[in-house]
Amino acid sequence: MINKIAKLNKKIFKADIEQAPTRDGYGKGLVEAGEKDKNVVVLCADLTESTRSHWFKEKFPQRFIEMGVAEQNMATVAAGLGISGKIPFISSYAVFSPGRNWEQIRTTIAYNDSNVKICGAHAGVSVGPDGATHQAIEDIATMRAMPNMKVIVPCDAIEAQKATIAAAQIYGPVYFRFAREKTPIFTTENSSFEIGKAYEIWAGKNPQIAIIGAGPVLYNALLAAQELEKEKISVIVLNCHTIKPLDEKKIIEVAKKCGAVVTVEEHNVIGGLGSAVAEVLAKNCPMPMEFIGMQDTFGESGEPDDLIEKYGMGAKDIIKAVKKVIKKK
Amino acid sequence: MHPLHDKKIKFLEETANLIRQDIIKMLVEAGSGHSAGPLGMTDIFTALYFHILNHNPKDPNWADRDRLVLSNGHICPVQYAALAWAGYFPMEEMMTLRKLGSRLQGHPHRGALPGVETTSGPLGSGLSQSAGIALAAKMDNKKYHIYCLMSDGEHDAGNTWEAAMFIGKNKLNNLIAIIDRNNIQIDGFTEDIMPLESLRNKYESFDWHVLEINGHDMRDIIAAVNEAKAVFEKPTVIIAHTIPGKDVSFMESDFAWHGIPPNKDQAKAALAELRTLGGKIKSEHQ
Repeated sequence: MINKIAKLNKKIFKADIEQAPTRDGYGKGLVEAGEKDKNVVVLCADLTESTRSHWFKEKFPQRFIEMGVAEQNMATVAAGLGISGKIPFISSYAVFSPGRNWEQIRTTIAYNDSNVKICGAHAGVSVGPDGATHQAIEDIATMRAMPNMKVIVPCDAIEAQKATIAAAQIYGPVYFRFAREKTPIFTTENSSFEIGKAYEIWAGKNPQIAIIGAGPVLYNALLAAQELEKEKISVIVLNCHTIKPLDEKKIIEVAKKCGAVVTVEEHNVIGGLGSAVAEVLAKNCPMPMEFIGMQDTFGESGEPDDLIEKYGMGAKDIIKAVKKVIKKK
Repeated sequence: MHPLHDKKIKFLEETANLIRQDIIKMLVEAGSGHSAGPLGMTDIFTALYFHILNHNPKDPNWADRDRLVLSNGHICPVQYAALAWAGYFPMEEMMTLRKLGSRLQGHPHRGALPGVETTSGPLGSGLSQSAGIALAAKMDNKKYHIYCLMSDGEHDAGNTWEAAMFIGKNKLNNLIAIIDRNNIQIDGFTEDIMPLESLRNKYESFDWHVLEINGHDMRDIIAAVNEAKAVFEKPTVIIAHTIPGKDVSFMESDFAWHGIPPNKDQAKAALAELRTLGGKIKSEHQ
């Protein structure tokens, strides 16, 4: 059942649940962060509207910096701003930033300890018709492996907004990942959000499996949990929006309670959330796992829902994974 | 800046000589590192730290200080020696270069050593970091200048030109770029590896004010910076023609010395040459 403490949207399983892309939350969060702190500045590499940076640009034109199609320059200019008292947010698609500018991020932002926030929009295959060139599926892995970098994957527009505001309030490099498509807004203003804390959003009685996920595909995990409940299979669903630093304590707690884990993410299964969870469990309490995500393959053009389905990240795939891992217990 | 008396020029030249000696000592002690670039840029670093920069070694994070951003981090021995001579850290610490636990990392790291403004080494990203600092200064109405020291070789990198385009567009006149035009890079002469000429025309077409100087002439260096500060409508780049390995005859203009240190015998010969100003003084101990 839905964990009451999580204060999720009451319409969570209704057809008319509100929907918005997580990038909208980023855009709103930027405006709010900009109102709170005059040092917040936004840089964008010729993708102002599609990264939702245009709301900030309209409100604070003097604090918006257009970079043109130059992601390496965007990262390094931001690095200079970030060591000079500014709080720069750099916005582009995840394949370009942190894709094309990875070394600049490593040297001039992470190792340099500059206060830069990196927004990778249009992450995952749900980008849709643009195809695999624009579908980042490696960004969590490449950012997670970088010392001094925090990694946050918000599950809906409200959480994305909270994450953006929270990131402006802490010093240091942060990477967040956002999606292009509208997805259900299943958290609420009252749901807790703290960087580095994972939350139980579904708390089945005597749970057999812990489903640990991040990003909009977490909604599919909730749909799966609801179906599984009807079949008398009880699970926990953990919203693990912060992939680094990982809430190890909470992960170990729910994993031990259940004895087997399924991870869910719209990212390659190599190096993402699943790998991060596996590292923690291997060290502390090894147990059977299944990994929902891109199975080390590129995506392709198509409708977002069809792609999620084809690449095995839908509710029915999660149900299948749960049933598979139960047998290994 | 103070007026330029002959006495001041002499002081700067003598300081540069002492810094060159320390570069040799640091490199031979470290057993690895780059020789040609640091020796070639010593006069410019000396002019900056001992005449041009508005800075306070006792308060390295003073908010209104001029910023010296070293883009081609591999020539850091010259910056380290200049910082030590300027009083940023104890002189004896110079000999810890590249050693375990040292604040003098093989390539400079911000936060490790006072006076180091940015982490650098991977080429092509210093100019854009300088642009970010310059933008922040403009937003906050700060009057300090940003000096970005770059190599010619790093003009092979696209990031450098992205920055040049951006700085030209935004007319960041508080930023002064100084290019070490020594014509060498690791694999050979720049014009063989990837021709850069006409460097002047390239920058001018990106809407920069371009100056060319003899990078070993103190008056030339200082006059160029003064001119750059007087140009308000554009950013300025100073193309400093330098001799890699300057003042150590067997290193001068030989790209083989780009990325290696002297051995003990070579260091001894280099120091003898520096101490006698190339044989102009008879005894090393005068």
